[in-house]
Amino acid sequence: MDLGEINPVLLLASLMVAATPLLLAAIGELVVEKAGVLNLGVEGMMIVGAISGFAISVETGSPWLGFVAAAIGGAVLSLLFVLLTQVALANQVASGLALTLFGLGFSALLGQSYVGIKPPSMGDIHIPLISDIPVIGPILFQHDPILYVGIALTAAVWATLKYTRVGLILRAVGENHDAAHALGYKVIKIRIMAILFGGACAGLGGAYISLIRVPQWTEGMTAGVGWIALALVVFASWKPWRALLGAYLFGGITVLQLNLQAAGVAIPVEYLAMSPYIITILVLVILSADKSSAPASLGRIFHASH
Amino acid sequence: MTTPLLRLQGLTKAYPGVVANDQVSFDIGEGEVHALLGENGAGKSTLVKMIYGLVKPDSGTMSLRGQPFAPPEPRAARADGIAMVFQHFSLFDALNVAENIALGMENPPPMGDLASRIREVSETYGLPLDPYRTVGDLSAGERQRVEIIRCLLQDPKLLIMDEPTSVLTPQEVDILFETLNKLRSEGTSILYISHKLEEIRTLCDHATILRLGKNVGECVPSETSARDMAEMMVGSTLQTPERSGREFGEVALDVSGLSVPSPSEFGTALKNVHMRVRKGEVLGVGGVAGNGQDELLGVLSGEILTSADAVKFNGQPIGKLGPTARRKLGVLTAPEERLGHAAAPDMSLTENALLTGSVREGLESNGFLRWAETQSFAEKIIKAFDVRTPGPENAARSLSGGNLQKFVIGREVLQSPDVLVVNQPTWGVDAAAAASIRQAILDLAAKGAAVICISQDLDELMEISDSFAALNEGRLSAPRETTGLTVDEIGLMMGGAHGMEVAHV
Repeated sequence: MDLGEINPVLLLASLMVAATPLLLAAIGELVVEKAGVLNLGVEGMMIVGAISGFAISVETGSPWLGFVAAAIGGAVLSLLFVLLTQVALANQVASGLALTLFGLGFSALLGQSYVGIKPPSMGDIHIPLISDIPVIGPILFQHDPILYVGIALTAAVWATLKYTRVGLILRAVGENHDAAHALGYKVIKIRIMAILFGGACAGLGGAYISLIRVPQWTEGMTAGVGWIALALVVFASWKPWRALLGAYLFGGITVLQLNLQAAGVAIPVEYLAMSPYIITILVLVILSADKSSAPASLGRIFHASH
Repeated sequence: MTTPLLRLQGLTKAYPGVVANDQVSFDIGEGEVHALLGENGAGKSTLVKMIYGLVKPDSGTMSLRGQPFAPPEPRAARADGIAMVFQHFSLFDALNVAENIALGMENPPPMGDLASRIREVSETYGLPLDPYRTVGDLSAGERQRVEIIRCLLQDPKLLIMDEPTSVLTPQEVDILFETLNKLRSEGTSILYISHKLEEIRTLCDHATILRLGKNVGECVPSETSARDMAEMMVGSTLQTPERSGREFGEVALDVSGLSVPSPSEFGTALKNVHMRVRKGEVLGVGGVAGNGQDELLGVLSGEILTSADAVKFNGQPIGKLGPTARRKLGVLTAPEERLGHAAAPDMSLTENALLTGSVREGLESNGFLRWAETQSFAEKIIKAFDVRTPGPENAARSLSGGNLQKFVIGREVLQSPDVLVVNQPTWGVDAAAAASIRQAILDLAAKGAAVICISQDLDELMEISDSFAALNEGRLSAPRETTGLTVDEIGLMMGGAHGMEVAHV
């Protein structure tokens, strides 16, 4: 065992990379749930995003086009959820589970010819001066662009929900869809937009795993990140910055426990492997002890005549 | 003759199986307070939804100041100066007052400006309101102020009010009427929907009466008696419930020093409640909704447990007993919420009869259900209470509100309770059905049961109860004899006007 082999700068730098897929998926789901829809298909949309992004960037050689394709792929899959829950008024929990199962199987089919290939690399940004600051530079300012997109998205979602009319209407629809309808807002339309946004975000998160974090394609490679994202939204009390905090915490402990495993710490691997889940949930449970409640219409089916 | 503000001509709207509005025509003049009267299901709500653009008429036309008017959506109606205060408040509990108001406006100013305009308008009309309070924490009267101010900020030409007074104390009603009179004097027309006839007689200039979707008559309310209007609404003569004899026995239910927190986040805790109900007595509990009614019912039914001695039945402490144990003893309850609390919406009437009747009617043996007996019990309820349904196999959800209410009350009454607690027994029920429910409650009391009737309908409480107490912020006033009680006294028992002041300027 040699803890000295763990480089704290590298550890902190890889923390942000480990957290980004989770953050992207959680922010998308947060918007969906704020609009009053519970989409349990995050895992499915992520894995479909992962393979669409991987396939397109391998075919075109452009990781940027890959990420665009991933967002579209996630959104297209979420369109299935839209059809089931907003048009056919099916149960949201069952539809979400179906979406995950379908996404996992469908992505395996699409990905058969991509196993073992290396995707084109996106490359890290390098800002003169800032990126060269010792310690802080490598930790904060030498990453790929999508990581910063994730942070920017968090800020944008927070500001939109809090300060803009669009955000207010979205929250109103999630809070009381009957009242929103009575005031003349198009509940179904707003929810469809939110679900598509959530799908696109989940797709981006999935592609981040297959194009940057790992980077290669294997079946089922999202490995439950979508489910963690769902839990994260609840424990973050539907607040974007708390979701970011939770994602970084989870990412940080994941990276740390991998390093500890590699260093041969005398704790059984199983305990180390479960630690990110336990610690993240514990911290967020403590944080969410304040008066925070779910959007009141969450998961309820809206029909205009009722 | 001057052009009316709004003219409706031959409006018709049919839903599958029912014609909600059939060739309805009438005019609303400038600066007129026009009442729309009718039983439940007469088509009042559908009609105003058409004016507000929520529902499109199948045929017929509307004109606003002589111009054709056919709003495709509420937005368009609002742009033309139509504003509406909804019966079931269309507010968002988790948002604050200013955000709620902004949602009902086309082009809201920035939040800071909006907040100061809310303050300004609310003070002008005597409806004080803090723009930054969360709506979930407001009382029913304050919530209605939010809706009214939301409308007033848009300088409406026509204000539609759907049963605005059903949640207010008498003093709050007075203040609302002053606000409405002030609006009328400024030239705003008001379409006022209600089934409280005395209110309409004091407030409205003109009334249109709907029955089964048709316009069956018009009248000038101040020159027509309440009874005549009621009979136009129902289309037949009304029977007033009567009771034989008022003999009280010993105390059946004794509640003393009861304090419990509310199980729900926005609920009201009960604080030091005392009451005694004797055999054969009907105790009416009034008060504005949300002042502890649901909690009181929960405590009496056994859904909320208390210390054993806080609730006594015939001298026996029952505070720690659950609903089934209390039913066995003879303490029965019928909660307010018909679908979801009093009845399981998707289960058949037979199954619903079993849910509360199994203990007292012996509908199960050794853990097995006795379906034949249960079905005949359900049929007995349907027959005795004239519940209009094809049969007991129909789902509770398929019944109209009034019919389901008759079933829910009948189910308890037929189990011959010693104590019966009902919450809002005739809420949303038409006059004829309400009269038969009240008669059943009185008959039960005449047979020696103690009855507690929680209701927001003061006329109902005055009609059936022997003594009256009011709930205000979880405290119960000392019960008083109903005979000789005046509306002012009742209002004071209900806690006055909750900080409202009379309109000035």
